[in-house]
Amino acid sequence: MDFFKRHFFVSLFAVLGLVTVAYFGSQAASLQVFFGVVVPYLAVLIFLEGLIYRIIVWARSPVPFRIPTTAGQNKSLPWIERDLGEQLDNPATFKHLVGRMALEVLAFRSLFRNLRTELRKDPANPEGDRLIHWSYKWLWLGAIAFHYAFLVIILRHLRFFTEPVPMPFQLLEHVDGFFQFFTPAVYLSGVVLVVAAFYLMARRITNPNLRYISLAADYFPLLLILGIGISGILMRYVYKVDIIAVKELALGLATFHPVVPAGIGAIFYVHLFLVCVLFAYFPFSKLMHAPGVFLSPSRNMVSNNRWVLHVNPWNYPVKFHHYDEYEDRFREAMIEADIPVEKES
Amino acid sequence: MAENYKNEFGVFAERPKVEKKYYNAKNIFTGLAIFLILLILPLAPNLGKTIPPPQRSLDTPVIQKLAEKDRKCLMPTDWMRANHMQMLVDWRDNVVRSGEKGAPNGRYFESPDGRKFLASLTNSCMDCHSNKDKFCDQCHNYVAVAPNCWGCHLTEGKTLAEAK
Repeated sequence: MDFFKRHFFVSLFAVLGLVTVAYFGSQAASLQVFFGVVVPYLAVLIFLEGLIYRIIVWARSPVPFRIPTTAGQNKSLPWIERDLGEQLDNPATFKHLVGRMALEVLAFRSLFRNLRTELRKDPANPEGDRLIHWSYKWLWLGAIAFHYAFLVIILRHLRFFTEPVPMPFQLLEHVDGFFQFFTPAVYLSGVVLVVAAFYLMARRITNPNLRYISLAADYFPLLLILGIGISGILMRYVYKVDIIAVKELALGLATFHPVVPAGIGAIFYVHLFLVCVLFAYFPFSKLMHAPGVFLSPSRNMVSNNRWVLHVNPWNYPVKFHHYDEYEDRFREAMIEADIPVEKES
Repeated sequence: MAENYKNEFGVFAERPKVEKKYYNAKNIFTGLAIFLILLILPLAPNLGKTIPPPQRSLDTPVIQKLAEKDRKCLMPTDWMRANHMQMLVDWRDNVVRSGEKGAPNGRYFESPDGRKFLASLTNSCMDCHSNKDKFCDQCHNYVAVAPNCWGCHLTEGKTLAEAK
């Protein structure tokens, strides 16, 4: 079994195994308390504890060097002009730094710069290939569609955890189901999430360079999220469940008075279990890029190296070996070799 | 890491002492606090409360008049809870959009136990379940669903059907 198959199929079978566990586990009424109450609480506990722990570890790591990437004209002499783009890409003030981070977090600006490097046939030089770098926006599009769809889906699910449901969440739901297509109305975010996740996975599998650097830790979250999306879509449109009972369970969890109403379909427990696994897996995985993006040292620092002295927090006292000491030690040899010295004796 | 930094002139540096402390604690913990507050905010109003699920009421004059054995809907209750919306939309499509002839049993819906019902929300469903507030709206509001039935269907009485 080659490298790709090992990493891909381990993830695939892990997700399918989780689905099977939840499907058959929830058939037994006694285990519904486990899948409906114990696992969700445990998952949220692991999520919060792991998240806070890792952020504390990050907070205790020194960031000794001021290393902002300077993608635009740095602040310089007053007659060197900088437009807004350059001010944001090479921020000299905190205000511009906030702008840069906002673009990074909300618009994935770094990903927007994504390039693809390929050897292409060159008509002018039929003997050889030409190395070209070209702007490749599809990754950015797939990523931003995926992330915003996921955000909308999470916010929309708050209708199960709040009573009465606040106006903004209801409004979001109406906007999401704007086209009133099919019954119940198809949510755009659900479709976008699954399509985008499929694209992101297909990209990893079909591009040889990417396949070479992709590990199980890359495929597993994608497959898990696909599993969550597909099970949710199946539950809403095909294998319907008693939604009142689902809300009763969700609200019970949110208010710390857990109840497990009878008669919720197995597909719900599959969906819930996959979500719980995602939450519990979050702090141990690449998904920590969510808090991590705020701590990117090359993005979150004001580029003021030229006018502010930054001292390495672990700078140690260096014993310098000055030139006079050097000359004192080697003077005779230097004079013998006709090397000029500053002091003759 | 070597104990001390040495070259041919001897020790030129102490081993660096990286202080165990929080760097940028203010920013990082502010961010973490904002995240946790955003997480708890929507759930806070109901924390610790017990919120009873809505109780569907079958207490309507028509249902009261029925004998005990006749008090059953055209489909089983569990099925109806999950799928009633699909059935109503199918009825609408068959009767209103494809025309009555397009429906398999004309305007009639045959339940699994062989009874026939007029496929009509106002005339069949709401004949028995005339308590829209208790039977429809309560649960729809509970899960924040706004069905577009009431854009066309009258909710008070059967004025439209009788006017025909």
